Amino acid sequence: MSDNHQELHARSLTELAAGLDGGEFTSVELTQSLLERIARLDGQLNAFITVTADEALAAAERADEARAAGTGGVLNGLPIVHKDIFCTSGVKTTCGSRMLDNFVSPYDATVVEKLDAAGAIFLGKSNMDEFAMGSSNETSYFGPVNNPWNAECSPGGSSGGSAAAVAARLAPAATGTDTGGSIRQPAALTGTVGIKPTYGRVSRYGMIAFASSLDQAGVITRTAEDAARMLGVMAGFDARDSTSIDHPVPDYVAGLSKSVKGLRVGVVRQHFDEGLDEQCGVRVHEAIAVLESLGATTVEVDLPNLDLSVPTYYVVAPAECSSNLSRFDGVRFGHRAENAEDLMDLYCRSRGEGFGDEVKRRIMTGTYVLSAGYYDAYYLKAQQVRHLIADDFKKAFSDVDVIAGPTSPTPAFRLGDKIDDPITMYLNDIYTIGANLAGLPGMSVPCGFVDDLPVGLHLVAAHFDEETLLQCTHQYQQHTDWHLACPEAFK
Amino acid sequence: MSLSKEQVQHIAMLARLELTDDEYAESVAKLSRIVDFVDQLSQADTDGVIPMAHPLDAAQRLRPDVVTERIERDRYQENAAAVAGGLYLVPKVIE
Repeated sequence: MSDNHQELHARSLTELAAGLDGGEFTSVELTQSLLERIARLDGQLNAFITVTADEALAAAERADEARAAGTGGVLNGLPIVHKDIFCTSGVKTTCGSRMLDNFVSPYDATVVEKLDAAGAIFLGKSNMDEFAMGSSNETSYFGPVNNPWNAECSPGGSSGGSAAAVAARLAPAATGTDTGGSIRQPAALTGTVGIKPTYGRVSRYGMIAFASSLDQAGVITRTAEDAARMLGVMAGFDARDSTSIDHPVPDYVAGLSKSVKGLRVGVVRQHFDEGLDEQCGVRVHEAIAVLESLGATTVEVDLPNLDLSVPTYYVVAPAECSSNLSRFDGVRFGHRAENAEDLMDLYCRSRGEGFGDEVKRRIMTGTYVLSAGYYDAYYLKAQQVRHLIADDFKKAFSDVDVIAGPTSPTPAFRLGDKIDDPITMYLNDIYTIGANLAGLPGMSVPCGFVDDLPVGLHLVAAHFDEETLLQCTHQYQQHTDWHLACPEAFK
Repeated sequence: MSLSKEQVQHIAMLARLELTDDEYAESVAKLSRIVDFVDQLSQADTDGVIPMAHPLDAAQRLRPDVVTERIERDRYQENAAAVAGGLYLVPKVIE
């Protein structure tokens, strides 16, 4: 490998695919160069919980052989990272928790299996908020992740490790999951692209459950084109996931070149009210102006129940989490307390020791809202309000093709700044939670900087219209270069 | 609404979570904050609104009643802390 390969890390997944196809370098060379970067640079980030160097190099060798034989899949030989919420056979899957510090899954998640079958090489498992519960990556048992743009700042969460790894050019793409904004908010805070598809679009088999009516898998990349390539492989029906929807998967890459001329972009007035950092608002308006300059038209739309989306979420998500996390009992897998006196003591201490503060808080919130006498006032009421929120979106999408606004109210905040007050932390997701409550696809794309920290433009489309999100962000990236900006320490 | 320490102890018991004294003190304060926050929902007018069951109104899928899984008990039990003879071990339940 010659010296000009030093910049391999700076290339997008699509560019790397072209390099492999053209014989410019091999998958082994590419994998080695990224593993070397991870070994050298991840100490500054803590983006990885596990690095699978040996497995990755062996897979890269197989990918090079497949390429020579002409049998490689569409992502053959391309290195990626998996959020440590996806089960990987034979490789530890922790979900960012002490509870699963010793857990080795006996099977692969469908997402892992599909990317593997397409020839992708996985470099390791990325750090995350414990059980995906957090917006700063500070709830991880394995310590916070530092933002590549400023090490004193959070990369967002819960997919903070995935976002930081992609932003720091340690990998061109990483899987993520999004229950209330966990792909899109870290993408915004690290200057990367993140897409949360429609509820049911990507299989959740083997993806550790947090809130089953909201969870969805997606991807973080640096370009919309790379996201389209990844999503094309990840999406599709899976009989092993009872929430998977049988809906055809379009050719996402083919749809990218379509012009946005005539596209109706909804702008939500409430998105720009108090609560949004003024400079972030300016960046977002500039981004919407770029779409207008490309021929899109803007329409003002109203989401009257937007303010209720965070409280609704913090009833529904904890309720479902308290139920999902009851499986961790110290018996079949996960942390088990020593010398338990009886079964009750075994359960209470295994869970008390295995879970961190935020996870315990959400389990207790969920237990409370579902407990006798409170169910109607909280859970039932929240599901009713959720219907109102979903109807607001439905109404909006009769007038527009896509809704545009900010992804996050502020750029990356300092580690430690919000962790002591749950409500301040929860309000980070005010612009993203609505899409989860309504099951809609959402996407964040870098649209500039405030105080040297990235800002994200957030787009939401109608059910199963990931194509419009990808097309819109791809066209935007063809006319802007925010996604090419690289944090100084990781050039 | 402020939760009492007794209420939080009851919730922790229902959730099978052992908390330290410090954790109790913090939980009372923070859970009260969260409950106050979600209490905003009570102001929403939801008369006649059907609670949402599924974001896409999808129904639960059924499959033919045939055996599709293989038993791989030994492999699954590799993650358990205490097993014997294919069984999971727990502290004595029946005196």
